[in-house]
Amino acid sequence: MSSQPLRPVPGPDDASAPFWEACARHELVMQTCGQCGTLRFPPRPMCPACNSFEVAWKPAAGRGRIWSWVIAHPPVLPAFADKAPYNVVVVELDEGVRMIGNLLDVPASEINEGMPVEIAWEDVEDGVSLPAWRPAP
Amino acid sequence: MNDYPRDAAAIVGIGHTEFSKDIGRPERTVALEAIKMALDDAGISPKDVDGLVKFSLENTMEVEIVRNMGIPNLAYFDDVAYGGGAGCGAVGHAAMAIATGVAETVVVWRARNRGSGGRPWATRPSNKQYGEMQWFLPFGLSRPVDQIAMLTRRHMIEYGTTAEHLGHVAISVREHATRNPNAMMRKPMTMDDYLNVRMVSEPLRLYDCCLESDGALALVLTTPERAAALKQPAVLVRAASQGIGPDHLVMANYFTPNPLDTPARYAAQELWRLAGMGPEDIDCAQFYDAFSPLIVISLEEYGFCKPGEGGPMAASGALKLGGALPSNTSGSSLSEAYVHGMNLILEGVRQIRGTSTSQVADCSSVLVTSGNGVPTSSLILRKP
Repeated sequence: MSSQPLRPVPGPDDASAPFWEACARHELVMQTCGQCGTLRFPPRPMCPACNSFEVAWKPAAGRGRIWSWVIAHPPVLPAFADKAPYNVVVVELDEGVRMIGNLLDVPASEINEGMPVEIAWEDVEDGVSLPAWRPAP
Repeated sequence: MNDYPRDAAAIVGIGHTEFSKDIGRPERTVALEAIKMALDDAGISPKDVDGLVKFSLENTMEVEIVRNMGIPNLAYFDDVAYGGGAGCGAVGHAAMAIATGVAETVVVWRARNRGSGGRPWATRPSNKQYGEMQWFLPFGLSRPVDQIAMLTRRHMIEYGTTAEHLGHVAISVREHATRNPNAMMRKPMTMDDYLNVRMVSEPLRLYDCCLESDGALALVLTTPERAAALKQPAVLVRAASQGIGPDHLVMANYFTPNPLDTPARYAAQELWRLAGMGPEDIDCAQFYDAFSPLIVISLEEYGFCKPGEGGPMAASGALKLGGALPSNTSGSSLSEAYVHGMNLILEGVRQIRGTSTSQVADCSSVLVTSGNGVPTSSLILRKP
């Protein structure tokens, strides 16, 4: 293991690459079915509603509410050791899908279910940005 | 659909090594030890084994078992994926092989040096995370405890489940472990002990988590006819089921319409249908407990109470010996050992045989379940 532990980053695949490429541009996009329009997350090749391979990427509003959260205490992965204890949240987006992420700059005691949040971006490596969340005004 | 062959196979032998933090022997060796003990328990020669079913995560392959045990011809071999979800399914596959006549004597085993070996979540080869892990590892939702804590918090939000509810689960299971000389954790636990132990991933504490253990377990199945002539009382596999449910993402299954419906809800529906039984017919349960909230969720999903009532049911003392549903009577994953739930199945066999260290009186039907966070399985064991 290197002395400077690297934060885990997404390994894009054929279905997820457009999502992560958009994140690198600080754009939140959602995969929808090019045939029936059904929204799906995480991305995959086929629409589970109509079995079409047609894909259309649509911009998402980047707003949602806290659905659940955890506060991770040590021992954690070395890459996260200096952050611990840290939060991980599940956000329910206005579009209806849920995403996993981190809520930035909010103490653990102030995280609440239903709390409105909006998209923020964390640039973690060259060309890699992760969607994160901040309290919505 | 064909009729399902209920009670078509019997568990006739069980064996296991000691459980410890560092067993000091390779997984292959402890696998062979456990299999030999299970065969000796049954009074069956390795020469008579014609089937093996393993966990897909098992590191010892069938050929190793064949070469070491001296099995002359393995006619059936199979494995079941998804770690802690696999155990009851593996027994179910063995029973199906026996029911169809493909094999007559089948061994199921699990050997895992998880106490002394590496932590899977901490030993990834690079920082790029592929497959489902790309959606949670970059955010530090790294450990199984984090992934189940997320569901637990949601259960608390929707139903008012409390830390004390989970404490009652951990305390009940520990109480059983105090009587089991094989259990790794035998010191009684109080609610103060539980509430004051350190947090691992809020809302989960250390005592909500299973142990990190080395050990191996095996069991032997054969036809009910052959079982009748063997030295141990037969334990029938009434039914076994598997289930995934819609849109499942392994361990971070938060993307379905209702993530509190885990794969176990689907396995449960199938199990009751296949068995022609219901929760009211069960004398004792062995619920998969990598984390204490999984017992709460399973009480609900297997129909022992309504959604949201699992916490209060545990707090009522239901899980303890003498309670409404004595459960996890060996101390299970939380206090005996964590070997992907195989010890739950062996304890189910002991309850039917009448040899548990926390024996349920007149126990004739036992439910055993596998992990809820992954594609899962369940089974019912019965006295003939």
